[in-house]
Amino acid sequence: MSNFDTGGEAASIVSVTDKVKPVSLGMAITAVHYLGDRAAFVGTEESVAVVDGEGEISKVEVSGGGILSAVSDGSRILFGGDDGKVSSLDKAGAVSVLATDPKRRWIDNVALHSDGAIAWSVGKTAFVRQPKGEEKSLEVPSTVGGLAFAPKGLRLAIAHYNGATLWFPNMAGEPEFLGWAGSHLGVTFSPDNKFLVTSMHEAALHGWRLADSRHMRMTGYPSRVKSMSWGSGGRFLATSGADMVILWPFVGKDGPMGKEPAMLAPMKAKVTAVACHPKQDILACGYEDGTVLMVRMQDGAEILVRRNETPPIAALGWNAAGTWLAFSDESGEAGLLRL
Amino acid sequence: MSDASKTPVTVLTGYLGAGKTTLLNRILSEDHGKKYAVIVNEFGEIGIDNDLIVGADEEVFEMNNGCICCTVRGDLVRIISGLMRRKGKFDAIIVETTGLADPAPVAQTFFVDEDVQKNARLDAVVTVADAKWLSDRLKDAPEAKNQIAFADVIVLNKTDLVTKPELAEVEARIRAINPYARLHRTERCQVAIADVLERGAFDLDRILEIEPEFLNAGDDHDHHHHDHDHGHDHHHHHDHGLKHYHDEEMQSLSLRSDKPLDPSKFMPWLQNLVQTEGGKILRSKGILAFQDDDDRYVFQGVHMMLEGDHQRKWKPDEARQSRVVFIGRELPEDAIREGFERCIVS
Repeated sequence: MSNFDTGGEAASIVSVTDKVKPVSLGMAITAVHYLGDRAAFVGTEESVAVVDGEGEISKVEVSGGGILSAVSDGSRILFGGDDGKVSSLDKAGAVSVLATDPKRRWIDNVALHSDGAIAWSVGKTAFVRQPKGEEKSLEVPSTVGGLAFAPKGLRLAIAHYNGATLWFPNMAGEPEFLGWAGSHLGVTFSPDNKFLVTSMHEAALHGWRLADSRHMRMTGYPSRVKSMSWGSGGRFLATSGADMVILWPFVGKDGPMGKEPAMLAPMKAKVTAVACHPKQDILACGYEDGTVLMVRMQDGAEILVRRNETPPIAALGWNAAGTWLAFSDESGEAGLLRL
Repeated sequence: MSDASKTPVTVLTGYLGAGKTTLLNRILSEDHGKKYAVIVNEFGEIGIDNDLIVGADEEVFEMNNGCICCTVRGDLVRIISGLMRRKGKFDAIIVETTGLADPAPVAQTFFVDEDVQKNARLDAVVTVADAKWLSDRLKDAPEAKNQIAFADVIVLNKTDLVTKPELAEVEARIRAINPYARLHRTERCQVAIADVLERGAFDLDRILEIEPEFLNAGDDHDHHHHDHDHGHDHHHHHDHGLKHYHDEEMQSLSLRSDKPLDPSKFMPWLQNLVQTEGGKILRSKGILAFQDDDDRYVFQGVHMMLEGDHQRKWKPDEARQSRVVFIGRELPEDAIREGFERCIVS
């Protein structure tokens, strides 16, 4: 990070605010992903705003209503909508409808596998469609809160009430159930495939060591965790939910069990979004008051990317190479930073 | 729950066949210039084309906070968050529950969920009751009794199917359980929309302004006049022979004191009461005059959950009277009265 100069900021914190290209998207935003070298800001309804390196905006309609979830593999973005459709947007800007619920029920969650398989959920049912088109579904005991593919093999984690279900769509036999009382919303596998972590309705994370289903309770948050990001090659899980970034160590076979999390970048506002750099031990975090920081994991050194400007940061993300940071607040006042 | 920027949410309950869907269809089809998002359990019963009708599964889960009756409708958390993606496309949300549903988890969702609280506010629990069959259901269906006890507004429907004495009978049975709810007598749910929506029944500031007599417990006559004065009622008859019932299971209990209360005694007493008896207490409300405090303190609760705040200064001409009401099942009346008495500054 030594190549950043201080940019003339009076405060002691190093600032790169003058290097950010501001972009006004003119629509409410929930997430940002990348399509090749362009940032794609996902709106709350109907459209995605695709922004190139020059800040040029092109809007693409991807849904007939509210966009309930969006995931990306870097070459396409998959959306679940309240119009009952699973749609995708590719690098060329082409929109495809991949699945339609016959009763027009909400597509609450979507997931994307690196081999091209997709998953989505409607109520209690999770669906998986493999690249060759074969489709399978599984009903879980209660409405699906979140979906995630494992980093290896075709295995889907489905979060729901009182735990998560691990499903191998191509294997005969019962799916594996990991129990823990409460409502589980978000779900993510550690990159090394050893741990599963859910974010809960209450202000806590829950984890399981997959080898033996041993529980990991991660509590102490003042509010619900809505943003999680694996950093430093999976050695840390950075999370929102507190007025600082909470970084759980996943080094060693026990994960965070018996260890204290690192607490970085404390502010007077809650962290709303975190995104770890794909290659370096750096993370970006956005706050409820509109602040965006870059933080070095090792020592917590901070660089100011965006000053507090009121609406909460809703979207934050690095491109795959780690050369771009894109962010937006809820109202669509966005920015691009090239490193 | 008073922020005007938050989307109001009306909870529509009622036992099977009472007429919930009829009321919902009326609300959606009437020309009122408003757009409602509706969360329903049975897709397809609504005959109106509306892309903001969402199916729900009435999924209840227990919060891991050690409070046994602290149940929340997780599906509502998810759906309200999803609907907020389309903020600006609708004015209010109506949640229709199944005929057998307990309204408590729905209400509690608004007390405990931070995201729901940020975006939406509970407006009122509206219960549709069948004038012909309610008396029977109150005997054999605990759900029906719960829904009456919980209501802020009761739409007593199908009054054309009963005789006047039968109507008086069913009203008396309702009042025995819940003397505080607004009651509207209807045929085919013909009730003014303004009488069921935008009631502000959970708004601490408005509870007492709209219904200054809400705490006048036990006096059915007064309360009926109160209803009539507002002109909601075309079946008006002064039935001075109105029977007083006592429901064996579900009652309301009202407490009052003209002497100030000691906050250092009252607050712990109330907290402890809802912690220990919260399973029995469905709703609680109160206006409190504390010693050495020029502000009125107001609170309301659902089972173990309470919210309260200093509301405003007592007016110079206003009697500084504390009034508290509980509606619940098998309330330990003597113990509650004694506990309350001990909070009065002697």
